[in-house]
Amino acid sequence: MIRFDDVVVRYPRASTDALNGVSLSASSGSLTAVVGPNGSGKSTLVRALIGRVRLTRGVVRVDDRDASTVDRAELARDVAVVTQREELAFPVSVNEYVQLGRFPHLGIWRAAGTNDRHAIEEAIEAAGVRELRDRPIDALSGGEWQRVRLARALAQGGRALVLDEPTTFLDVGHEMAVFELLSRVARNGLAVLLVSHQLNLVARFADRIVLIHRGVVAAEGSPDDVMRAEILERVYEWPLVVTRDPAVGAPALVPLRSR
Amino acid sequence: MTASRWLLLVLSLVVAAILAIAIGTINVPISAIGDALRGDQSTPALVVRSLRIPRVILATLVGAGLGMSGAALQGTMRNPLAEPYLLGVSGGAAVGAVLATVVGLSFAFVPIAAFLGAIVAVIAAFFVARVAGSRGDARVLLMAGVVVGAFANAAIMVLLANAEPNVVRNALWWMMGSVADATWPQIEVLFGYVVVGGTALALLGRRVDVLALGEDAAAGLGLDVDRSIRDVFILSSLVAAATVAAAGLIGFVGLVVPHIARGFGARRHRTLIVASGIIGATLVVMADLLGRVLRPPAELPLGAVTALVGVPFFLAKLRHLR
Repeated sequence: MIRFDDVVVRYPRASTDALNGVSLSASSGSLTAVVGPNGSGKSTLVRALIGRVRLTRGVVRVDDRDASTVDRAELARDVAVVTQREELAFPVSVNEYVQLGRFPHLGIWRAAGTNDRHAIEEAIEAAGVRELRDRPIDALSGGEWQRVRLARALAQGGRALVLDEPTTFLDVGHEMAVFELLSRVARNGLAVLLVSHQLNLVARFADRIVLIHRGVVAAEGSPDDVMRAEILERVYEWPLVVTRDPAVGAPALVPLRSR
Repeated sequence: MTASRWLLLVLSLVVAAILAIAIGTINVPISAIGDALRGDQSTPALVVRSLRIPRVILATLVGAGLGMSGAALQGTMRNPLAEPYLLGVSGGAAVGAVLATVVGLSFAFVPIAAFLGAIVAVIAAFFVARVAGSRGDARVLLMAGVVVGAFANAAIMVLLANAEPNVVRNALWWMMGSVADATWPQIEVLFGYVVVGGTALALLGRRVDVLALGEDAAAGLGLDVDRSIRDVFILSSLVAAATVAAAGLIGFVGLVVPHIARGFGARRHRTLIVASGIIGATLVVMADLLGRVLRPPAELPLGAVTALVGVPFFLAKLRHLR
C-alpha cells in the first residue's frame, strides 16, 4: 500500500542526509512500526510522504503511484496522517475538529453529505471520543487530545493510516487503548504505519518492525527479529537486556544502568 | 454561530449606519433618508445623498475589507497578532502616499500611489521571505512583512524630515485615515475589491481552517500549503491595500475585529471571515460617527477613534477568549 523506495532526504544546510536510502513498506491489513533513536529520521519519513521535504533520490509510492505526482487531496483521501506536532492557534470544538478530516473529500465547494456525516460518526465512535464532542480542543487533557486527533484521521476514511508518535503524553491505559485501536483498525484491512518510541508495546502489537538508525534501516522483520539485545544496544547506545513479556510472551526490552 | 447572533450583528450594522447618516454637524430626521433615496431636493435629503450616504458606505467597505483580511491572515499565520498592516501593506501605502505628497503630485494621485506602494511592499516582503529560504513558512513571511514595514517607516521619516510644514501636515492627516471625502467612483472601485476579494477569502475559509492546524497537518489533509498561504496573502493584501488607498491608514480594525468575532462564537473561518466583515464595518461606521460628534465642528482622526471604540469592545470580549 505505502512503499518507500531508496529514499534519500537532506535538509537545506545540513551536512548529512536525514534519510540515506531507506526502503520499507506498509501493507494493507497489517500494523507496521517504525522505531529508532531520536533524530534517526523517523519523522522525516512521514514528512516525505506528505510532500513536506524534497526527496534527493528515491520515491514514495502509494498503491504503486508516485506520491509526489498524485494530486494531494486524492492522496489524502487514501492516506490519513497524524503528524507529530500540531497546535491549534485558535481552538475549535472537538466536533468541528473531527469534521476537518473530511476536507480532502469536500474541498472548498462541496457541502457535507450523508457519507461525510457517517464517516465522522464512525470515527468518533471508534476513537471513543463521543462524550468529548462539544468540548473545545484547548480544554482537553493530553490523552483526550491524542484520541481526538486519531478520530480526525479516521474520519478521513482512507485505506492507510500514518501516525507519528501518537501515544506521546499518554498514560498506560490510554496508551494501550490507542495500540488496541490501531491493531483493530489494521485487522479491519487498513495499512497502519506507526512511528513510535514505545518499543515494548510495538513488540506486542506490530506485525512488522523497521528499526531506523542514522537515516538507514538497521534492522527489520518480525518483533522477534528486531527486538534483539545486540541490535538494540548498538542502535540506542545503551546497555539493555531483552526478556519476555510475562503476559503475552512478546519480546520486552529492559534498559540497564549505565555503570 | 447561531442565527440570532447573525441577526444581532447585521442589526448592529444597520442601526450604526442609520445613526451615522442621521447624526452630524447638521442632524437630519430619519425620514430624510427615505426622501434622499427618492431623489428629493430638500437640504436634509441633499446632505444625506451627497455627503452622509457615500461616507457611511465607504466606512462600511473599509471596515469590512480590513476585518475580513485580518480574520483570514490570523488563521493562515496561526497568529492572533497578525493583521494586514503587519505585512507591510500600511508601511508601503504610507511611503507611496507621502512620496506623492512630497513631490507635489495632485491629491488625486495619492490613492493610486498608496495602492502601488502597498503592492510593492507586499511583493518585497515575499521576496525577502524567499531569500530567507522559505517557500511558504507563514512565520518567515510575517517577519519579512514586519521588516519591510520598519524599512518603510524609516523611508517616511527621511522623506518628511526636510519637507515643507504643510506637506508634513497633509501626510500626517492622510496617515490618520478618513472617510470624509468619500466619492462614488472611489466607492465603486473599493466595492469591487471588497466584494470580490472578500467572497474569495470566505470561500478559502475552509483551507484556512486546515492551515490553522499547522503546515504539516495541513499537508496531511491534502492541502497545497504553499499555494494556499500565498493565495490568502495576495487576496488579503489586495483588499487591505484598496481600503488604504480609499481611506488612508485605519489601524486596529484588522487586528481586533477577528477577536470580537470569535467572542461571538465564530470559529470556522468561513463564518469568522464573514462575521469579521460585518463587525469591521460596524466598528468603522461607529468610529466615524463618534469622530464627527465628539468635538464638532472639528473631526477626530478616524484611525485613532477606531482604536478608542475597539479597545473597550475588545476588553469586554477578552474574557470569552480564554
